[in-house]
This record gives sequence, structure tokens and C-alpha cells, in this order.
Amino acid sequence: MKLLVCISNVPDTTTKVRFADNQTRFDATGVQWIINPWDELALTRAVDLKEDSNNPVSEVVVINVGSVETEPTLRKCLAIGADKAIRIDTVPKDAFQTAKQIASLAQKNAFDFIICGIESGDYNSSSVGGMIAEFLDTVSVSSVSDIQFQEGKAIVERDVAAGKEYIQMEGNAVLIVQKGFAKEPKIPNMRGIMMARQKPLEVIPANDANALTEYIGFQLPEPKAKVKMVNADQMTELVNFLSKEAKVL
Amino acid sequence: MSVLVYIQNFGSKLKKQNFEVASYGSKLAESMQCPAIAVVMGTMEDSELEKLGNYGISKTLKVTDEGFNTLINKLFTQVVQQVVVQEKVTTVIFPDNNEGKAIAPRLSVKLNAGFVSGVVSMPVTLEPFIISKRVFSGKALAQVQINSPLKIISLAINSFGLHEAKTVNQIVSFEPKVSVDDQSTKIVDRKIHSEGISLLDADRVVSGGRGMKGPENWKPLEELAKVIGAATACSRPVSDAGWRSHEEHVGQTGKIIAPNLYIAVGISGATQHVAGISRSKCIVAINNDPDAPIFEVADYGVIGDAAQILPKLTEAVKAFKGE
Repeated sequence: MKLLVCISNVPDTTTKVRFADNQTRFDATGVQWIINPWDELALTRAVDLKEDSNNPVSEVVVINVGSVETEPTLRKCLAIGADKAIRIDTVPKDAFQTAKQIASLAQKNAFDFIICGIESGDYNSSSVGGMIAEFLDTVSVSSVSDIQFQEGKAIVERDVAAGKEYIQMEGNAVLIVQKGFAKEPKIPNMRGIMMARQKPLEVIPANDANALTEYIGFQLPEPKAKVKMVNADQMTELVNFLSKEAKVL
Repeated sequence: MSVLVYIQNFGSKLKKQNFEVASYGSKLAESMQCPAIAVVMGTMEDSELEKLGNYGISKTLKVTDEGFNTLINKLFTQVVQQVVVQEKVTTVIFPDNNEGKAIAPRLSVKLNAGFVSGVVSMPVTLEPFIISKRVFSGKALAQVQINSPLKIISLAINSFGLHEAKTVNQIVSFEPKVSVDDQSTKIVDRKIHSEGISLLDADRVVSGGRGMKGPENWKPLEELAKVIGAATACSRPVSDAGWRSHEEHVGQTGKIIAPNLYIAVGISGATQHVAGISRSKCIVAINNDPDAPIFEVADYGVIGDAAQILPKLTEAVKAFKGE
């Protein structure tokens, strides 16, 4: 079985975000870039599945749509244990354009499962996975929190409002995954980092997919009012604040 | 021309978040001078559906076949697409939750319609269509322009509130041209949440961090949650250490919530944690470290030891409720 894990390259979570050109674009000056945390969980589990010989997974490929600047992130994916990385060489404007790039690659290469993190830490769109599935006219399962293989078939666990559902699948699907799929991201070890240098990182040209939306401006939120401190012995006062002032009790 | 609201079916019942999406949809329809209509998948009594009329929905299309009681992303997308075509819909609104995230992106491709998720307010302008959404996990807002004739948005839960607008809601059956015995999503087992309040629906949440010092100390936190009718949650170090289930993890890679009241007990307030709670209406922080960053995002703060403060707070709430 071949897995394709989609990787978004995002600013480190602790980045202090700033915008440039009259607040119209993200200012990347001095920003540390990381594997999108949800994609990192997806990759972690994909690599674990491959490394456990009880599972039918034989190959893990990672893909990113981005400029040459995303390559350190793809190298890190290789160090974590992906076999091969693909970069589609364009800076996408929105999720639709990203998804169309990945879908056109997936059309030409057979992957049993395409795996996407449920959200990206930059634009928080939660869109690419579902869009890829629709471009490919294939099944998608979202909010996936676990996967197990039984007799060559995958049992996928998803969260729904009422609880959990377990879906049997034989592949040819997009999985949109969240925490639980893996619980903690894998840290690359020295051997992984050394091996990553030998692994293929293929760069392919983008197609002419269009975007349907555009980011035209950004704002930082209003600074929050200062916290009101309540003495630890005055819990009645806190309850009063919560009921009369905040109106939440 | 009409605005279509996707109403998620919660086990044949409607929830507050359905009425919020309906409120938003009818308000938007009013500004576009067109009707707001709704689509509901799966079985639900008309008496329940009628309630949508209280929030400005003038027509509800129900797709009642039992085959639609289970979410099948691809199939549901086809149905909504057919409704969009039949009803000449120009804007579709989803809830920004698991089900919205499952269908809306697919529909965007199917209809070639630009999709903006997690919007927090009415559009800034209709022509061109520009709308605000949260980005960078709540650290900023972005204005996004949709350039396609058809538009899809998903509304962040608890961002708009309920706005009553009584209308007669005409309920009609919709017969989609799809194969209901779709076997692509074959459910082999189910586990239904039985106890407690679901974290994603909760109006109030009490959450514990490393400052709780160990899983054996959770009793007073659970007591408080019970008394105020709250769900319980935790920070990532707590779930990583196995003190609580990872299902309770609130924060960037865990659950992202927006309750009216969030009480953070012994949680320092790392950026990753704040990303999951910053949309809460009111945040109370209880921490023994006066310099903890959680106090920068909290509305009310108490400095001290959780083990001593929690029972006092529980008593104070009981006294307030007259128990």
C-alpha cells in the first residue's frame, strides 16, 4: 500500500505574526517554518504503519505545494521516515489551487490513501483534503482519529457528534486526520537525518489551476482588556462577576 | 436567488448551533434581499424542523431517507449540490464543525465556488464579496474575497449568536437523484458517547493543566464542572502524561472550542493552548504563578493553589444557586 501525506509548511506556532505592505501580506521576516502540526501527526502515523511489518503499508510519500523555501520542511519529513518527497513548484493563493495541484499529481500515481491534517496552522482553512477527494471523485473520511489494519483492510475511526464510528475501507480514499491518529509527533533521529540526504526530493512544475478566493487584508485583534484579579478567599465575588458582569453563570 | 443553510442533524434533534447558523443565514439573506432556506439530511420530525422558522428560515428541504442518517461525505455533497441547483442558491452556509468540514470543501470543488471557512461576522461588502475570518489560530483576522459567482462559507460556532426572526417555515421533501445504498462508507461499529457533556457543544468548560499535579487531584475540578454544568477538558501535557484521555485535550492540535465560560485551572497558557480557547467569551484563570501567560488572555484571574480554591468556588456557586 502506498500512502501520500500532504504537508503544509507553516510558521512556528509561537510566531508573533506581523503583516507587511499596508497589512496586505504576511511578513515572513525572521519566521521559523515547521511542518504543520496536524500534518506532522499524519506523517508520524503513516511512518509507524510502514515500520510495523504487520501492516500492508510499503511506501510513504510526502507532498507540498510551495516554493523552494519549503524544502527544509520536506527534508525534515524525510528524516522522520517518509521515503520520498514531492514539491509542486508554485506558491498557491488558496486551498482550491493547492488541492487541484495535488489532485492532478495523484491522478497520475496510484496511492491507496491520501492523508491530510484536518487544519493548517496558518490560514486554518480545513479544506485541502476534502477538495482533493472531490477533484478525484473519491471517498473522503474526515475527523479521523485512528486507523488499524485487519486482514489487509483498514478500519478507520472517525469522530461524529454522537461519538465514534468505525469504517471499513480498502483504500482509494482521502483521510482527513486529527489528534489521535498519532498522539505525539515523531522526532527525527540522527540516522534519519543522515538518510534524508540520500532520499529523493522531486520537484515538478505546477499546472495552471486557478484560485477562487484571495486574501486582501489582515488585522491584529484588539488588545484584550486587562485581567481582573480576585482574591483567592473571595470566591463569592468571582461568582458575582461571572453572573452579573460577564453573564455566563 | 436564495441563501442555503446546512442544518446538521443531531440524532433527529436540532441544537443551538443550528439556530445560530440559521440566524446568520437569514440575516445575510435579508441584506441580499432574498429568502433563507435550509436543508436537513436524515430523519427529523416536522415539529422539530418548524423551529427553524423562529430564526428566519422560510423553507426547509428535508431529505428523510434513513440512508442519510449516517454522514457520507461524497453523497451528502451530491445532495447539497442538487439543492443548490434546484433552488438557485447563491450562497451556502455551513457550521464550522466536523460535518461542515466534511462537506463544504467538497461542495466548493463540485460547484466551482470559492469557500471561506471559520467566518466570524457578516460580510464586509457583498459586491465584491469580502468576509472576515480568523487566521493563525486566532492571532489575526483576514479579509478574504470570493471571486466566484457561487459562494460557500462556514460559520465559527458561537461567533454570531441567536437572532430571532419569526417566519412561516414551509417544510418540503427533497428527493435527491443519488444512490442511497452507497457502500463507500461502510460503518462496521459505533461507540456512542453516553455520559457527560460533549466538549464541542459545551457552553461551559472546566479545564486542568499540569498545575493539578496528578490525576488523583481531579475530583474537585469534576465537582465544579458538575455544579456549573460544564464539560471537563485538559491541556496537552496532561493528556500526554496520560492523566486524562486525549479526547479532553484542548489546544492547537487538540479540540478547538468556544464556550461562553472557560475556567483554566493550573494551566500556564502556552500559545498552543491559547489557540484552542481564545474564542471563549469569558476566561477565568486559576494559577499559583502570577506571571503565567494565561493571565494575559483571561478576563478574571485568581492566584493560588487549585486544591484549595476549587472547593471554595464550588461552594460559592452552590450558594449562588441557592443549594
